[in-house]
Amino acid sequence: MQAITFENVSYAYKRADEEFSGKAVDGVSLGIEAGRSVALLGANGSGKSTLAKLINGLLLPDSGEVKVFGMPTVCDDPNGLFDIRKRVGMVFQNPDNQQIASIVEDDIAFGPENVGIEREDIGRRIDAALKFTDMERFRYSQISRLSGGQKQRVAIAGALALEPDILILDESTSMLDPKGRKEVMEVARSLNKEKGMTIINITHYMDEAAEADEIYLLKAGKLLKKGTPDEVFSDVSTVEECGLELPRASMLAAKLKAAGINIDQKITTKEGLAEELCKLLLKD
Amino acid sequence: MQIIAKGLNFVYNKKTKFSVKALDNVDLTIDEGDFFGIIGHTGSGKSTFIQHLNALVPVQEGVLKVGDYDLSANAKKDKKALKTLRSKVGMVFQYPEYQLFEDTVFKDVAFGFSNFFPQASKRETADAVYEALSLVGLDPEKYAERSPFDLSGGQKRRVAIAGVIVTRPEILVLDEPVAGLDPKGKRELMKLLRTLHEKESKTIIIVSHDMDEVAENCNKVAVFSEGKIVRKGTPKDVFSDAEEIKKLRLDLPLTGYLCQTLKSKGVNVDCDLTEEDFIRKIQEIKRG
Repeated sequence: MQAITFENVSYAYKRADEEFSGKAVDGVSLGIEAGRSVALLGANGSGKSTLAKLINGLLLPDSGEVKVFGMPTVCDDPNGLFDIRKRVGMVFQNPDNQQIASIVEDDIAFGPENVGIEREDIGRRIDAALKFTDMERFRYSQISRLSGGQKQRVAIAGALALEPDILILDESTSMLDPKGRKEVMEVARSLNKEKGMTIINITHYMDEAAEADEIYLLKAGKLLKKGTPDEVFSDVSTVEECGLELPRASMLAAKLKAAGINIDQKITTKEGLAEELCKLLLKD
Repeated sequence: MQIIAKGLNFVYNKKTKFSVKALDNVDLTIDEGDFFGIIGHTGSGKSTFIQHLNALVPVQEGVLKVGDYDLSANAKKDKKALKTLRSKVGMVFQYPEYQLFEDTVFKDVAFGFSNFFPQASKRETADAVYEALSLVGLDPEKYAERSPFDLSGGQKRRVAIAGVIVTRPEILVLDEPVAGLDPKGKRELMKLLRTLHEKESKTIIIVSHDMDEVAENCNKVAVFSEGKIVRKGTPKDVFSDAEEIKKLRLDLPLTGYLCQTLKSKGVNVDCDLTEEDFIRKIQEIKRG
């Protein structure tokens, strides 16, 4: 089952003063299977966030078609988009911009209340969302007093309360400290592995991307490459053409190799590099 | 200009029930020419501290000297001197591109200059703006008349930085300068900071969550936690205790992680945590 399907989708932002400002998403076709974890990479302005907003119908395509579990985002049924949004949760970059209530519990309830979920059911959903994000003890806390990582977990919990099938993280870790980043990535990982949720992670951290099932590379609104992290990161020239770089461990491995240290394995993670170096240095 | 802080305390919402202690007895010396890294979890007091450096927040308690300027709690306030100080201590906030507002790059950068030097002639202003743009790596001929809003994220951030360095500050403070930039933008911006540091011999202070950038670029580091400085020294000193670093909600830089893992297997790599030195030391060990 395809969770997300793009068929030749294009979108351009319109501006009142100018006729046409170039396409933000330009003829993208893709199919993401349900239950996959996908990293969406590209330079600033390559169309990643636009693509994400096309998925849940915050933006509608100028041409082509976007389908979520087979439902097109443009359709005659006025409830169609509503149904799609219930299935696609989104968490944005800045935790301070996406909270509505002042208490954790109320904030998580906002989404389900909005779509008219029964009261008892909302309580159950809040319990589950808090449990999953490991935020139970903050249920009655003031959001403004939480750390960045905790706030982002509240944002994820808010998205989870709608019981979505797809979770989109739009640079959700870029403002967090290293621990906060790890916490958010761990929640995303277990949602994917344990609940089979489809995860779309838009990120500039190549080490996060290295953990995804597949990577999509965007450049100037076009899909340039897709593949497993190994496939994508072994195509150095395309990665660089997109204004990106390899995970730090891969780059250091390449530098070590250039300095005459014979690392043969494909390295994408720090653990892999450490293991390889141990082997090399302990051999003699 | 040297920065000396002694016993700095700062409380937000003082005397209300919402009071939060943001700085707790902070002692820190930053020498002229340092490339100084400030790290710590979110809410640890990093931003509050740097806002002290050009008197954006007043010192509530303690001693703070920035060059010849005494900003200490009990020092006499001199408004005119404060203005000079602010032109000498340039402050680049998080996501500074959100603060761009003019319709051309030239006007936006000139705004910062004219604020501090209202008497400057058109010619002087233009010279300063062109020089600042060149320094941040944006060709003035090409970019001066463009709208800052048509530029890429990395370029916008450069314009914002140009608007700060246009007054030729001696100390440049940047709060998370690379957050949100793509890898290429990050690399170029860090290179720009290194160039500014070398060419202009400025003191550079960065607040960062990127341990690799800190290990690679900074000669000294201070770690904030709960308003206190819990560790300071070279990157090697600061990242020497992996367990403690984790407890502080931080992480080791890649080189630090590798050194630590190798050490646990009995291979001691004694490097300063820059990649260059790490590679050199690995070569040495390999040669035996």
